[in-house]
This record gives sequence, C-alpha cells and structure tokens, in this order.
Amino acid sequence: MNYAIIGYILGWVLTLESMFMVLPCIVAVIYRESAGFAFLIVAAACFVAGMLIVRKRPRNQVYFAREGFVTVALCWIVMSIFGALPFVINGDIPSFTDALFETISGFTTTGASILSDVEALSYCSLFWRSFTHWIGGMGVLVFLLAVLPLAGGYNMHLMRAESPGPSVGKLVPKVRETAKILYLIYVGMTVVEIVLLLFAGMPLFDALTTSFGTAGTGGFGIKNSSMGGYSNLIQSIVTVFMILFGVNFNAYYILLLSKNKKSAFRMEEVRWYLGIIGVCILIITFNIKDSFSSLYAAFHHAAFQVGSVITTTGYSTTDFDLWPQLSKTILVLIMFIGACAGSTGGGIKVSRIIILLKTVKQEMSYFIHPRSVKTIRMDGKAMDKDTVRSVSAFLVTYVIIFGFSMLILAFDNLDMVTNFTAITATFNNIGPGLGMVGPTGNFGVFTPVAKYVLMFDMLAGRLELYPLLLLFAPSVWKKN
Amino acid sequence: MKIIIVGCGKVGMTIVEQLNLEGHDIAVIDTNSVVIHDITNNCDVMGIVGNGASYTVQMEAGIEEADMLIAVTGSDELNLLCCLIAKKAGNCSTIARVRNPTYNNEIDFIKEELGLSMAINPEYAAATEIARILRFPSAIKIDTFAKGRVELLEFRIRSGSVLHNCSLMDVSKKIKANVLVCAVQRGDEIVIPNGSFVLREHDMISIVASPHASKEFFKKIGVETHQVKNAMIVGGGTIAYYLAKQLLNMGIDVKIIESNKNRCEQLSDLLPKAVIINGDATNQEVMIEEGVTHCEAFVSLTGIDEANIFLSLFAKNRSKAKIVTKINRISFDDIINTFNLGSLIYPKFITAEYIVRYVRAMQNTIGSNVETLYRIIENKVEALEFHINEEAPVIGIPLEKLDLKENLLIACINRSGEIISPNGKTQIEMGDTVVIVTTQKALHDIKDILKN
Repeated sequence: MNYAIIGYILGWVLTLESMFMVLPCIVAVIYRESAGFAFLIVAAACFVAGMLIVRKRPRNQVYFAREGFVTVALCWIVMSIFGALPFVINGDIPSFTDALFETISGFTTTGASILSDVEALSYCSLFWRSFTHWIGGMGVLVFLLAVLPLAGGYNMHLMRAESPGPSVGKLVPKVRETAKILYLIYVGMTVVEIVLLLFAGMPLFDALTTSFGTAGTGGFGIKNSSMGGYSNLIQSIVTVFMILFGVNFNAYYILLLSKNKKSAFRMEEVRWYLGIIGVCILIITFNIKDSFSSLYAAFHHAAFQVGSVITTTGYSTTDFDLWPQLSKTILVLIMFIGACAGSTGGGIKVSRIIILLKTVKQEMSYFIHPRSVKTIRMDGKAMDKDTVRSVSAFLVTYVIIFGFSMLILAFDNLDMVTNFTAITATFNNIGPGLGMVGPTGNFGVFTPVAKYVLMFDMLAGRLELYPLLLLFAPSVWKKN
Repeated sequence: MKIIIVGCGKVGMTIVEQLNLEGHDIAVIDTNSVVIHDITNNCDVMGIVGNGASYTVQMEAGIEEADMLIAVTGSDELNLLCCLIAKKAGNCSTIARVRNPTYNNEIDFIKEELGLSMAINPEYAAATEIARILRFPSAIKIDTFAKGRVELLEFRIRSGSVLHNCSLMDVSKKIKANVLVCAVQRGDEIVIPNGSFVLREHDMISIVASPHASKEFFKKIGVETHQVKNAMIVGGGTIAYYLAKQLLNMGIDVKIIESNKNRCEQLSDLLPKAVIINGDATNQEVMIEEGVTHCEAFVSLTGIDEANIFLSLFAKNRSKAKIVTKINRISFDDIINTFNLGSLIYPKFITAEYIVRYVRAMQNTIGSNVETLYRIIENKVEALEFHINEEAPVIGIPLEKLDLKENLLIACINRSGEIISPNGKTQIEMGDTVVIVTTQKALHDIKDILKN
C-alpha cells in the first residue's frame, strides 16, 4: 500500500474543493449574504491543508488497483466531510449528521434531502448544494486527472474506480486526454442547458442550479415543489436533458469527434436505454391519463418522471406517490435499472442489466443443450468472461448490502414501503422514494444511525460498491 | 505522434514503454486479452484486443489519424500484412519486424514494394552488435557515429589501470590521447563529467573518439585492441547464424554448439566454414572437450536466459575469453550486473532503440534531425547525433556562450568528414553533425539542448 501517494492525491482533492467553494462565496457576495463567510473559512482551511500536503511529491509514484480504489473512497468521504462544514458553520443545517447527509447526497448525485423547507436556505448554500451534484456527476478525480499532470499509466486505476460501468475504457490513448474530453462534453452540455433554460424564461440562479442538478443527474431542487412550479416548456427542456445526461458519454464522443458517427446509434446499451424509457412512458401515460386534463399532460408528466427516475436524477413535477399502483411499481423498478454506464447517472446500469439478461439466456440454453458453447456478446463483440463474472458478483454484493441496510433501517419502525424505497432511492442515487420519503416528504424522519446507513448506501451506490467495501478489508491496509 | 503498435510480446512491450515515456499517443493491438490488460494497467496507452491485420480492428485503433504503425508480432507474414493494410487504410508510415533470413535477403525489394518505412530484424541487429564488440573485445559496448568516423566505446577501468586516480584533464595531458570521456558510472551514480572529474578503478566509462584515436588511447593505457581470433557460440538460433556469418567474414573462426541435430545439419549447410558441434552445452564435459578454456570469445545465445547466464559464468570461470551474454526476457538488470558478465545483449532493447530513433527523427522539425541514437550505461544515458540544418538556433555561437541544459555534453562535431573535438571557442556550423551525450531523456531536436 502506497500511503504517500494516497495522501498526495487527497491533498489535491482538498485544494480542488477549496477552489470549487469560491463559487458559493461569489454567490454570497452578489446576494450580500453573511452566510457566505462559512464557505470562505472552509475554503481557506481546505486550501491551506491541501497545499501543505501537496507541497512535496511522493518519491514512489507507483500504485495499483487497490490504492486506486482506496484513494477514490477516501477522497469522496473527505470531500463530503469538508463540503458539509459550511452548512453547519453558517447555521443553515445546524446538525452535522444532517449536513453530512445533505452533502453526500449532493456529491453522490442522489438528491435526497433531510430539509423540509428548502426555500429557507441562503442562496449560497442552495448554490453549493446544487454545485456538489455537478462535481460529483462526472467525478472529482476525473477532473483531477484532466487538470493535473500525474505521471504514469497508473491513473487508469483512479478513473476505473470512480467511473461507473462494468468495464471502463478510454476514449483516446491518454487518460488525461480522455478525462479532458469527458469534461468538455459535460461542460458543453451543461452550458447548452443553462442557455436554453434562460431562453425559456427561467431566472439565472434557478437555471444554473437546475442545470447542475440535471447534468450530474442529482436532483436537488431549490423550491419545495422541486420542478413543479415551472412552466411546461422548462419542464420539457429538463426532461430532455435528464435523458441526455443518462446516455453513455462514449456515444457523444463518437458523435462529436469520431469519423464513424453511425456506430453511436448502434451502441446496444443506448438502444436498450431509450427503448426502456419509451415503453415505460407509454405504459404510465395510459395508466395515469384519467387524473390529468389531457393525454398530452399525462404524457408530459409521465415522460418527466420516467426520465427523472431512470437517470436517477430525482426531480419531480407532481407527487407520483399518488399515482396508480402500476405506475408506481414501474417507477420503482426502473430505479434499479438506472442510466447507462459511462454517464453521470446511478443505479445498476443498463449495460449490467443487459449482460445479466444475456447470462440468464445463456444459462437456459445450457439446460436445453448441456454441451453448447456460447459467448456473451455486446455490440457484436464477445464479452470478456471476467466482465460477465464481475457483473454477477456485483449483483450479489448489491443484494447483500441492500438486505443489511433494510435490516438496520427496520429498527426505526417505519413502514416497509418507506424503508424499501428510501434505500432504493439512496443506493441508486435517485433522491425521492415513496411513502414518507416520497416527492413531498424528506429523509428527516430517520434516526442518525439510519441516516449513516443511507449515507453509506449513497457512497457505495455512486462508487459502485467495491471502493467503499474495500475500506473495510483489513488486508488492504497492510503495507505489503 | 499517434502510433499504433501491433503485437505486445517482449519487443512490443519494450517499444510501448519507451514510446509512452516520450509522450506519444499509443494504441496497442494484440489478440491476447491478458497482455492487453497488463499493458493498459502499467502504461497510459489504449489497448485493443483483436487481430492487428484486420481492417476493422485497425479502424478502431484509429488508423486514419495515425502517423505510424509498428508491427512486431511473432509472425513475419502477419507483420507485413498489417503494414500493407495500414498503408492502404491510413497512409501512415509503417515499420515491420521481419526476422526470417529468407525475407531478410530480399528485404529491399519488400520494403520498396510494400511501402515499408523500415524493416527491423532484431536478430540481425543483435548479431551486428555482438560482432562489433568482438572486433574490439576490451569494450563492453561499441556504437558508431558519423558513418563509422566516430566511435562511442563503453568499458570498465580495470584495477591497477593508469587511469585510476587520474582526472580528465590529466587524461588529455599525460596520456596525450584525443579522446573525450562523456559518461561515467560509479556504483549506481551516473555522471556526465567535467575536466576536474577524477576517475577510479572499476568505473564504467564511455569515451568518444575516432577509431584511430581510440586505438592509440587503449594502447597507451595498456589494453589489448586486436579483434578476437576465434569465438565459441552456444545455441544455434537465428542470431547465431547471422553472427557466425559476420564473424566468418571478419576472419574469425567460429564454433557453434547446438543440441538439436536437425538444426546442426541446417547450420552446417548454411555455414560451411563454421565448426558445428551437436551437443548439450549445459554438459560440462562437452564444453571442456570443445575447448572453452582456450577460446578468445564466448557467446551464449541459447533461448533460455538462465542457461545463458550460467554458461557465461562457467566460461568466465574457466577461461580468459571475452564473454557476451544474450538476455531475452528477464529484467533483473541489477542482479545480473553483479556477476560482471561483461557484455550483455538485450535484443528487445536494441530493437526498441532502432524504432525510437526512427520515431524521433520522423517527428523532428526541419531545423535538425536525429541521425543516430544510442543508449549507453544500462540505457540511462543517451548519445544522439544531430544533423544541423540552417534553422538550428545554435549555429555560429561559441559553445561556451550556449546556455546548455545540465548533464549534457557536446562530444564531437563532424564537419564534412573532419572530426572536431570541441572546446569553448568552437562554433557549430550548418551541415555539421553533432554528437550529444546526456542523461536528459527525449531530446528531439538540437534546440532541445538549450535551456528555455
């Protein structure tokens, strides 16, 4: 274990966070809020601490997969703790547990809130809350890789540990270039959304925070009614962008920079993803059409909700907890599916679902033709056996963590729907669930213990389980 | 530059590592997913699993934008096919490894017709390097610049040598030899020395001089300079064949020990003048019977690195021969060096060196050109020969006024055939070729020798 390099990267993450915190300070200056001083203090503290750590480059810069995993997990935890401090200091969220919950929910792009009255927060706190989504969406270490010339080919370990998906590949030979391209696409799409929202008549502050929430597929709203209070046009724009940010970014790379643009449309995962969305919208539209004035209105809300849930964003336009059972069930099911690998969304990921379904098909054919030999293919290419195996292992781990979380949450003695959807909504980084944690409720109802379990679930969900689990494996911490 | 490398074996891996260090965008293609997995974990490169001769796979690797494709799979035919397809698909420069002696004889035709930029034969290159060493056995490594007018020799100062406790200023004053010591390795430390540097015994030093001057220098310090009279080669592979052919042309008697009967017959057919022995070289009796104690040069070229090391240790123990050991695979340089085996030949490094040299020359600006590149002292020091064109920023300035980078030495200047050992007043002129010795890596252009 190379502790020096882990510390070094942590130092850079702190420095980076201090720079990010300058933004809410600017917001505070604009709105003349004293709450901004909290951000200034924490930013300064992060900067000093970070600079002290990175002042000396470690001599041994060789690190492997386990250092990569541990670094990523620790970075996210440290980042969340420091990110929570301003809320406590300026009194917007006085309890540290609640502030930490809110920040982790932000960085992991969950969007689950413990606040009952969001509109009471200061502007700078609101901005920071939404901005954490944007940072967490593409990943802070990917950002670090793009701006910092870290040496060696080992950086792939960091990228692999932070980026979602069963097999993380590079777009171009260099990790740094790959990270840059990803962030360029990310920034570009965010800016386009901001501009469109401004044209649709949204105030600048709302447009910024809403776009950050959409881009990171986070879902923190700045209104108590989430997106419910905005015009149809704005809601439609947000719907489209939520779905766009849930697409595998490789597809955008191919569309924008590669010569063979057609292959973007041939990506199996993207086709499945859009297919699932289409079918779900259709079913829900007809299921809820009686409660809306027109078929179009039903379609509009169905599309918004399906887009919001499958991409794990978690914005809402209406209280879907009041919808018929069929629609609610579909929404809960697509919470598990989640967005595409290599997007900013959470969940199990469409590509994993495809691989799992294909494994099932393969298993069935083994029963029919016990001697048959069959490879699982994706996009016409044979899948690596290791990838297929790791996807199955992922699902098992997923179920186990889910089970344990259920068990611990049960101590709070809340109803089953609330507990189940609370874990579903946090583990898959969505935000609102059903019951007491539905679109109109919040996560304040849980005891601190339950909140820490949910925080763990959020981090585990965002980092795809293993980085966080590895922190608990004693052999990881041994020197050799 | 964007480079695609097909084949990720020993040579492929070495090339990937070295070119990656120089900052190129590299895509690696191999059919084996395990090696691709390994290389992408160790180097910042893109790995693609597939057949490198497939058009689709090459497209995926980005052949259309690539500047160069290097094919170094185990099969000559596949390498040539890769290059042919790359040429048609992307119109890039192509380098192929071609090792079969049959093709090697026709390599000029193949290069011309298939549009190859370069064909590299690692075995032939290794054999040439060994032959060069046997021509002057006191040196560990010999490289030549300026078409043979300048030599770069690496050798170890023996105990009791007159060079012991001799400063470099004294070397030119006392010994009156026109040689330049350009790099010294003492223990783990590597120094590009200045005039006041004092040599010690057991130092590994590199000198730059004309062949004539170096001969004189070695005579004065009491080191033998004639070439060996006979050589014993263990292992009858391709390198042995190329080597034997070259040695026989130089008038050196060759004895090859090979354990495979069929191969022996082939060799005796190909090399009528050589003595071919069918026997197991790991058997001590065979070695002694064949006169290992009296040979002047001993070259171990079997396919097993461990056997080569042991054979060389044995020969070192029993004879005074110049020993050359081929090492293909193992990477424990530090340990092997403690055996003091003399000259070590790593075919993969030689190949990589050829290719890196070509790549650097290719990406250069018009201002100047890397003509030759050698790596000396365990690949830690580079000696480069630059061709000076009119736009080089060093022309017409006395060397002492140039703001040179650290650990960098201008070793000699070749002005239309005349070799100049530069001093502070010397000026570089257009059309010169200049030899630079440095521990700085990745110099691409003559302007890189200056500080910014």
